[in-house]
Amino acid sequence: MFSFSRGKMKLTHEEVKKIARLARLQLTEADLEKYATQLSAVLSYIERLNQLDTANIEPTAHAFLVPTPFREDKVKPYTEQELSLQNAPDREGPFFKVPKVIA
Amino acid sequence: MNYEPVIGLEVHAQLLTETKIFCACSTRFGSRPNENTCPVCLGLPGVLPVLNKKVVEYAIRAGLATHCAITRKSVFARKNYFYPDLPKGYQISQYELPICQKGWIEIEVGTQKKRIGITRIHLEEDAGKSLHEHPKTRQHGASWVDLNRAGVALIETVSEPDIRSAEETVAYLKKFRAILVSLGICDGNMEEGSLRCDVNISLRPVGTEKFGTRAELKNMNSFKHIEKALAYEINRQASLLDAGKTITQETRLWNDDLGVTESMRSKEEAFDYRYFPDPDLLPLVVSDTWITEIEKSLPELPDAMRDRLIRDYQLTPYDAAILTGSRDLSRFFEQSVQLYPEAKKVANWIINEFLRLIEGDESRIAGTKITPQHLAKTLQLVDAGTISGSVAKTVLQKIFESGGGPEAVIAREGLAQVSDTGALEAAIAEIIAANPDQVAKYKGGNEKLIGFFVGLVMKKTQGRGNPGLINKLLKDKLG
Amino acid sequence: MDLHHQTIHELRNLLDKGEISSEELTQKVLSHIEQTEKQLHAFITITPELALEAAKRFDQSRQAGKKPGALAGIPLGIKDNFLTKGSRTTCGSKILGNYIAPYSGTSTQRLLDAGGVMVGKLNMDEFAMGSSNETSAFGEVHNPWDLELIPGGSSGGSAAAVAAGQCSAATGTDTGGSIRLPAALCNLVGMKPTYGRVSRYGVIAFASSLDQVGPLTKDVTDAALMLQVLAGHDPLDSTSLDVPVPHYAQSLVPDVKGWKIGIPKEYFVAGMDPEVEAAMLQAIKTLEGLGAQCGEVSLPHTDYGVPVYYILATAEASSNLARYDGIRYGYRNKEAKELISLYEKSRTEGFGDEVKRRIMLGTYVLSAGYYDAYYLKAQKARTLIRQDFTQVFKNYDVILTPVSPTAAWKLKEKTGDPLKMYLSDIFTINVNLAGLPGMSLPCGFTQGGLPIGMQLIGDSLQEEKLLRMGYAYEQATEWHKRRPKL
Repeated sequence: MFSFSRGKMKLTHEEVKKIARLARLQLTEADLEKYATQLSAVLSYIERLNQLDTANIEPTAHAFLVPTPFREDKVKPYTEQELSLQNAPDREGPFFKVPKVIA
Repeated sequence: MNYEPVIGLEVHAQLLTETKIFCACSTRFGSRPNENTCPVCLGLPGVLPVLNKKVVEYAIRAGLATHCAITRKSVFARKNYFYPDLPKGYQISQYELPICQKGWIEIEVGTQKKRIGITRIHLEEDAGKSLHEHPKTRQHGASWVDLNRAGVALIETVSEPDIRSAEETVAYLKKFRAILVSLGICDGNMEEGSLRCDVNISLRPVGTEKFGTRAELKNMNSFKHIEKALAYEINRQASLLDAGKTITQETRLWNDDLGVTESMRSKEEAFDYRYFPDPDLLPLVVSDTWITEIEKSLPELPDAMRDRLIRDYQLTPYDAAILTGSRDLSRFFEQSVQLYPEAKKVANWIINEFLRLIEGDESRIAGTKITPQHLAKTLQLVDAGTISGSVAKTVLQKIFESGGGPEAVIAREGLAQVSDTGALEAAIAEIIAANPDQVAKYKGGNEKLIGFFVGLVMKKTQGRGNPGLINKLLKDKLG
Repeated sequence: MDLHHQTIHELRNLLDKGEISSEELTQKVLSHIEQTEKQLHAFITITPELALEAAKRFDQSRQAGKKPGALAGIPLGIKDNFLTKGSRTTCGSKILGNYIAPYSGTSTQRLLDAGGVMVGKLNMDEFAMGSSNETSAFGEVHNPWDLELIPGGSSGGSAAAVAAGQCSAATGTDTGGSIRLPAALCNLVGMKPTYGRVSRYGVIAFASSLDQVGPLTKDVTDAALMLQVLAGHDPLDSTSLDVPVPHYAQSLVPDVKGWKIGIPKEYFVAGMDPEVEAAMLQAIKTLEGLGAQCGEVSLPHTDYGVPVYYILATAEASSNLARYDGIRYGYRNKEAKELISLYEKSRTEGFGDEVKRRIMLGTYVLSAGYYDAYYLKAQKARTLIRQDFTQVFKNYDVILTPVSPTAAWKLKEKTGDPLKMYLSDIFTINVNLAGLPGMSLPCGFTQGGLPIGMQLIGDSLQEEKLLRMGYAYEQATEWHKRRPKL
């Protein structure tokens, strides 16, 4: 159980770059190689799932099957926005401030 | 070559609930920036969504009114992308299993009825706003994020690509808006963004089946813009195709100043939304009993009301369709008819005069100074001979501008009809003297010229002369 | 025994009798923290003023004759992924390094309302991603049983602090074993309740469908006490179960005669540390001696747990951690002049290696074209894993397994090999995937004097059975009474 094959799955630098871009992370060339190797190892390990026949199996999203509860449509006033604004790296009055968004 | 446009719409409608979809913050418009926020809609660490029941009810109303099947177990999914006004870095939406599926809306263009298919209606949360100019200091060079709108409930309604012209597009949108408004689930205000529309359009040679490559026109916020943008886009795509070029699948925006559509990005960011079921929410389960309950509570919908107006008031389908364009307008009509039972006449006055005054914008009805009582009274005054039909238009105009009942307006503006024979005879005498040629022609047998003389007398009396009396007096003098 | 080494129920007794005051106890614990913290580094933030203030308040209210809450005056440590209003809450990450919580989470509030005295915020693996507490941006935590060793993770600060007497009990979160593993490696009782039993509102999410809050305590009685306060429906958490909470103290009965214990053969195979295996066999004997019947059972999909977990947990995490974007809170790179670079620089500098690795993996498995092969496949495999347990619980009261294949390991031993680290959770992960309650409790020591833990797994909402069996076992053994020498 504790031995596992390091499979052939190997991510390219291009793929790693693409994932990083989607996740808004910036990787150096050295990072690319490191992540490519490490993620490939995990993905190879994960490949063992393919041995499993799941043709007629329902997916489980949650451990229990109850419907989502509802909330009544009633306003609950909240007045402590200032506590949140105080955590902002940059603010102006009641606004969160960011570098110009190019629309 | 001759092309046929193939058009499909995605319409986002803000729901008129008191609170947001996943938290108890108010949805009130016009609050201070970030006033309507709490840890949940700010996307703070550790918060969780709890679904507003009313939002579900409203979506089901929309689904039932558009003949959709209501999904008994639908699922919320996360749509992942980064944007400053998207606090969690994902939008909670519905993806694989939306709450309503496979419905239709009937539209009328000219006398043609046509069904436009609805692919789906799904629930989602709105994003906040990034202001690119500071509202007070007018500064640029940064963006200011206001999350009051973040988390407001939306339904997104996706149509089938069944629409074939700009006219049909507008008819569909107007009908859909009328339905939402009559259901009381959306205020339908396009300018304030309560109703936002993305239009997908492609062309194909007439007679062919295969769809062409489409462009998406985003954020269309008025009927006029939609018409203009579609006309432009149809032309643009046709010229490209005629020149043997291909259409790029892209998002375009209507630039109203230049009268063109423009590509939104030079190099389109590759989007990959990585949808997956939101683990913070369990499946949305809707019972048959609840659906039946909602179905029973539905108000009369525009189509049913139109049929009733045709049946009960003998209106033409055309008039009935216009009058049921919004709940406020149909209510105005029915209240007026209660007071002045000549339905056809009331319909004409509303369609020709009232709608002209409010510039066809039905959302202005609630705030206008003209009431059904005013309209009915004005028509009664015409019947009584106190004012002429043309003066009645002026009276309505004046009420619209500055309020007051028709009688007060008539008195204030001196608009009462002139039925004084002496005054009219003096005017007629002057006109006969000034137009000897026409008088000769009339006497020579061209009796149609009577209208010409009546017009001049009306002009002289500033439209206040009693047209019947003028006619009679003229005939006497000229005869 | 020193005050700081006593259990909650022992301290409650002393407080109720007036033999000590809450303030004295808190003072004592705070000075013990001061003495030991340099060696352990179990805390990210210590809150002595808040603690003393609260302690005084409870003393006053006791003197005024008010009925004390279940935890009145008890020094508690709170894992630093629990939001605590007005206090720094970092989640072990640089990206939240200066974050002051604007509100308190439901479970934390329940502890405070019951009279708990928060002494500080506990160190943890960054965003609870780790099995050794070495991914914390605030430095590693040392195991009080041997300072060269890891305490286990991700609730490593919680385990080290409770074991060393820096607080009487602590909260933890458990996504794949993060309560049970450190509890086992530090000789504590660690309870991961049924998914939905305790509210997740106000706990920073790692993997929402797996995360669960629970206590780390010195014995089973304390676990019952803490769970009593933590458990219950919360309208702010849609995944919180709306079912009554039993009176857990009633489960503390030393009688398991005729109870059936399943021993899954998949958990006892080659590769396990022989000392751990021996301790398990000894525990089985002890339980049989108490009249329980142990039988071999099979959980055939055991082996798929780790791959399923690393798909689902990372996918959810990649989305849960998107909110740390440097816009509204948290670390922002100040040099960035435009948005994309603000995002990329802030996140790259704000997150540590392991977190980035998991975000990347999660992003990959959800990306276009891979969803069915990874995410959907994993969800289906999750169904099979869950069914394995359901099958066993038709005939058995509890399942008994080791918590970890080995006792605590050396600092840095596994940090270079993520996969090797991931496999430390091999015995605990499936319990999260199935949403079941699991409890780890002390069951022996290695020759080298390191604690070994066993895991009891129950059917959905059967925490009572775990407590009762754990209590019965505890009454028959002395392991839980050992304290590390510091």
